[in-house]
Amino acid sequence: MLDKKINRRGFLTKSGALVVGFSFVPAVASFLTPAAPALAGADTNSPDQAGSGLAIDDPASGDAWLAIDASGGVTVYCGKVELGTGVQTALSQIVAEELYLSFGQIVTFIQGDTSVTPNQGYTAGSQTIQGAGVQLRQAAATAFQALLQLASQQIGVAVPALRAQDGKIGIGHNLNRALTYGQMVSRQQIQLALDPNAPVKNPTDYTIVGQPVPRVDLPGKVFGQFSYVQDVVLPGMLHGRVVRPAGRNATLVGVSPLSSGLAGSPQIVKKGNFVGVVATDEWAAIQAASQLNVTWNPGAPLAATDDGTATARASLMQALQNPANTFNTSKLFSTGDAASGLAGAKKTLQATYFTPYQMHAPIGPSCAVADVRSSPDSNGIQATIWSGTQGIYQLQGAIAQLLGLPTSAVHVIYVEASGCYGHNGADDAAADAALLSQAVGAPVRVQWMRPDEHAWEPLGPAMVHALQGGLDSHGNVAAWEHSLWTQTHSTRPGGRAGNLLAGQELGFAPQTESPTGLLGGRNSGVNYAFPNYLVTASSVRSFTTATSGSTTQTTNLFPRTTALRTLGGFSNTFANESFTDEMAMAANADPLAFRQQYLSDPRGLAVLNAVATAANWKAMPWPTTAAQAQSTPLFGRGLAYVQYENNFAYVATYAEVLVDPTTGVVQVTHVIVAHDCGLIINPDGLKNQIEGNVVQATSRTLKEEVLFDANGVTSTTWAGVPTSNTWSIKYNPGPSYSILHFTEVPTVQVVLLDQPTQPALGAGEPTSETMAAAIGNAIYFAIGVRLRELPFTPATVLAAWQAALGL
Amino acid sequence: MASPTPVTVSIALNGQPPQQVTVPDSSVPLLYVLRNQFGLKGPKFGCGFGQCGACSVILFGEIARSCQATIDAIQQLMTLYHIPLTAPISVTTLEGLGTPASPHPLQQAFLDQQAGQCAYCANAMIMGAYSWLGGRIAAGNMAVPSVSEVEDFLSNSVYTDPFTGAVTPTPYLCRCGAHVRFVSAIQEAAKGMA
Repeated sequence: MLDKKINRRGFLTKSGALVVGFSFVPAVASFLTPAAPALAGADTNSPDQAGSGLAIDDPASGDAWLAIDASGGVTVYCGKVELGTGVQTALSQIVAEELYLSFGQIVTFIQGDTSVTPNQGYTAGSQTIQGAGVQLRQAAATAFQALLQLASQQIGVAVPALRAQDGKIGIGHNLNRALTYGQMVSRQQIQLALDPNAPVKNPTDYTIVGQPVPRVDLPGKVFGQFSYVQDVVLPGMLHGRVVRPAGRNATLVGVSPLSSGLAGSPQIVKKGNFVGVVATDEWAAIQAASQLNVTWNPGAPLAATDDGTATARASLMQALQNPANTFNTSKLFSTGDAASGLAGAKKTLQATYFTPYQMHAPIGPSCAVADVRSSPDSNGIQATIWSGTQGIYQLQGAIAQLLGLPTSAVHVIYVEASGCYGHNGADDAAADAALLSQAVGAPVRVQWMRPDEHAWEPLGPAMVHALQGGLDSHGNVAAWEHSLWTQTHSTRPGGRAGNLLAGQELGFAPQTESPTGLLGGRNSGVNYAFPNYLVTASSVRSFTTATSGSTTQTTNLFPRTTALRTLGGFSNTFANESFTDEMAMAANADPLAFRQQYLSDPRGLAVLNAVATAANWKAMPWPTTAAQAQSTPLFGRGLAYVQYENNFAYVATYAEVLVDPTTGVVQVTHVIVAHDCGLIINPDGLKNQIEGNVVQATSRTLKEEVLFDANGVTSTTWAGVPTSNTWSIKYNPGPSYSILHFTEVPTVQVVLLDQPTQPALGAGEPTSETMAAAIGNAIYFAIGVRLRELPFTPATVLAAWQAALGL
Repeated sequence: MASPTPVTVSIALNGQPPQQVTVPDSSVPLLYVLRNQFGLKGPKFGCGFGQCGACSVILFGEIARSCQATIDAIQQLMTLYHIPLTAPISVTTLEGLGTPASPHPLQQAFLDQQAGQCAYCANAMIMGAYSWLGGRIAAGNMAVPSVSEVEDFLSNSVYTDPFTGAVTPTPYLCRCGAHVRFVSAIQEAAKGMA
C-alpha cells in the first residue's frame, strides 16, 4: 500500500529509498521482522503536553519520520517546529548520532507541514526534546537496524562483523568493502514501521549528542538570507490589514467607503464584526486601514481593569477571586488534612500573591500569508496558509471551519516567525489572511502592526494565589495550603474557528471552558515533603456566549488569555518559592537549609547544592524590619528551586540584586542557575536557552504588566519613542508594555549537571519559573520588605518600602 | 485623505549601481521600499515607531530606523544637506555587510558566539553595532568596549533628529533573552574591526 503523501514526496521512485513511518504495515519490509509498533496513548489531557511518548496525536495525519534516499541523503519529517530555541539543531544531532553519520553531514529537516509531517501536537511546554526527540531517535534506530541487515545481505557477512561510521557500513575497524547508505538503498523501496524496540546507542558511545554543535539556522539569519514567515512572498500577493473592534465586546455599526484614487487600490472586506482592507501595496494597505472610518457599538465593559495603580490592582484581584466569576474549584494536590494541620499549628502564616496579565510580545508582530482559491487543486487543496503557528494541524481544522471548507482542503505550512514563547497572535493573523484572501480571491499577506500584537494577542493570564502555612513547635512545617485563581492557559486553535479572533468576530463560538482545559496548575504543587498539604485551583470564566441561529455572540468578561511560556508555572513558582522563604524565616531557618530539609530527591538536592557552591552561599540573618534608606544601593541575594511540572528538569536559581533606596530601582546584577535536564543534547544550545529564560523572566519580574481599561488593552507599544520631529511617523504614545533593556540584564552563570544515562528533558521553560521568586527573595534580604505582586517596578518597590517604614 | 504623490527616487543599495524605483506614495517609509521593491530580508518590521531597532539600516552613512525614514523625510534631509534630489539615496543593509564566504567581523562574531535565538532582532544588533563600532574606530577609539559600554549603547544609543537636533535614547530590543551573547559578540567583533 503506497501512501499518497509518500508518493507526493517522490521517495518511492526507481532510484530507491528507505522510509521509516508511523503507520506502515510492517510486512512491507519482509526481510526484517520488526515488532509491531506498540504505541503509548497520547496524552490528550493537555494540548501543551501532547506529543510525548512514541505516539503521535493522530496516526492518520502523517506517515514518515525519516527517509534515506539513494544519494544517501537523510530527511527528517517533524511535526514539532523550530521556534527559535534551537530544537532543529538538537533533533538533527539525535538522528545523526543513531545513524552513525559524520559530524557535519547534513540532515534535511522538514518541519510543520500538514501535507508531509506527522501530527505531533503543539510545539510547546518544553516537550520537543523529551517527546519528539525520543520518537526521532527510535525512527533513526529503526532505520539503522535495517541498514545493518541490508549491509549484511549485500556485503555477505553477518551483522556482528559490521561496523558503521560516517554514513557507511563495512567490515571491521577499517570498514572493508564499505557501502554507503545510498548504495544500500539504491533501487530498493523499503518502508518500515517504527520499531519501538530497535536498539539505541549507548550514551557513552555518543560522539554528536552532547557536543556544542552550532545552530543550523543561525548563518542564514545573520546574513539576511533566512526567510521568516514575514518574508514569504507569493506571485500576485496583496497586502491586508485588519481594523479590530473599538472594544473587546464592540459590534460593527458601519464602515464609510474609502475615497477614490487612493494608491494601491485598497478595498474593504467586511464580514460580521470583521473589518479589513486589502491593497496591492503594503504601505497603501496600512494607510487605508489607519484612515478607515469605522463605527462601533461599544458593547459590554470588561469586569475589571488594570491601569497600573494599586486601586485598580486590588479590584482586579477581587474580581478574579469573586465566586460569581469562577465556574469550578478543583483539588490539584492533597496530602493529609491541611485544615486541621493549620488549626493545630503553633505558628501560622498567610499571604496573597499576584501576577498581572503579561504578553508574548514577539519582536516581529504576527504575520501570515494565505492563498484561498475558488476551487480545489489536483491534490484537493483549496486554501494554503503560511503561518508561524505552534500547531499546524490544530490551525488547519480551525481555518477549515472559518472558511467553510473540509479540513483536507486546507494546507498549513509552518514558517518560522519571531520567537513566540507561547500562543501569540500567529494563529489569529493566519485567520485574518485566510478571510481576506477568500474575500478578494487572491493571495494575501497580513502583517500585524505593533499595536495589533500588543492589544490583541491572547495574553498570559493574571493569577492570584492565597498561601497559608503552619509550623509546629519545633519549627517544622505542619501544613501548607495554596489556593489559586486563574483564567484558562490554553485557547489554542484546537480545530475551532471560534478560538481565532476573526472567528469570534464572525460569530463562531469559542471552545467551552472546562476545568481540565485550564492548565493553570503547572507547578502549583511543590516537591517538598510537607504534611497536610493542599492545592486548589479556581477557574475564572473568561466569557459568556449567547447563540442565536448559527451565530454566537461572545461577551468577554476578562481579557482573552492563553499559553504564555510555563503557563501557570511562572506565577505558581513565584508564589510557592516566595512563601517558602516566608516559612523559612518564620522557622528561623536558612533558605537553603530549609529547602534541603524537605527535599529528598537526590537530583533536586544536587542542583541546590551546586548553586549554593557556585554562589558561595552563606546563611545570613533574616531582616526583621524594613531597612532604613541609605545613600548606597542595598544588596540582597535569594534562592528558588523548582522541578518542572513537578516531574521533569531540576532547576535551582540564585539571584543577586541591588535596590536603590532613592528610586526603588531593582538591578538584578548576577544570576546563577544550576540545571539538570537529564542527558544534554547540545550544551551550548542548552546554555543559550537557560540564559534566555533568565533574561526574559527577569523582564517579566521587573517590568511587564498589561494595562487595560473596560474596552481592552491600552499598553499598545514599547517604551521609548523618538517624538516631535518630521522624521518619525506621528503617533500619540499611550502607556507602554516595556521589556528589559540591555543595561538591566544580569550577568548569568550556568552550571550544567549532565545525566548521560537519564532521559533528555526539555529546557525551554523550567528556569523561567524560578526567576521571580529568586529576585523577590533577594529583594527581601536587601530591604526587609516582602513584595508579593509583580512586576517589581521602581514605583511599587518604593511604595512598599515606604509603607513598611511607616512613611 | 490627501491624494498620494507618486515619486521616483534613485537608491544606491549595498554599493550596487543606483536603481530607479517609483513609489506610489511618497509618505512610504524606506523599510517597505527595501523589503517589497528590493526584496530584502535583512531589515525587519518590528514596531513601526522606531522603538525596537529591527528595521535598522545605514542611510547616507548614518544609522537609521528605516520604519521612520519616509521618502518625504529623506528628500527633506537631502535638501537640508544640499544633496540634489536626483542623487542616489545611499543605503547599506545587513545583506551588504558580508556573505557566508566573506563575513563581516560582526557576522562572524555572532556565529562564533552563537548569538541569537529566534534572531529576528539580529539585524538590529548587527547594524546598530556596525554603526557604533565604526564611529568609535573612526574617532580613533580602538579599544574593545566594555560590557557596560556595549549595554549602554544598546539601551541608550542616542538618536539625533537630523532636522531639529533633538536627541532621544533609542533602545535595541530582544525578546528571547540573547542579550548576553549579543554583548559578547559585539566585543569580539570590535577586535576584528579595529
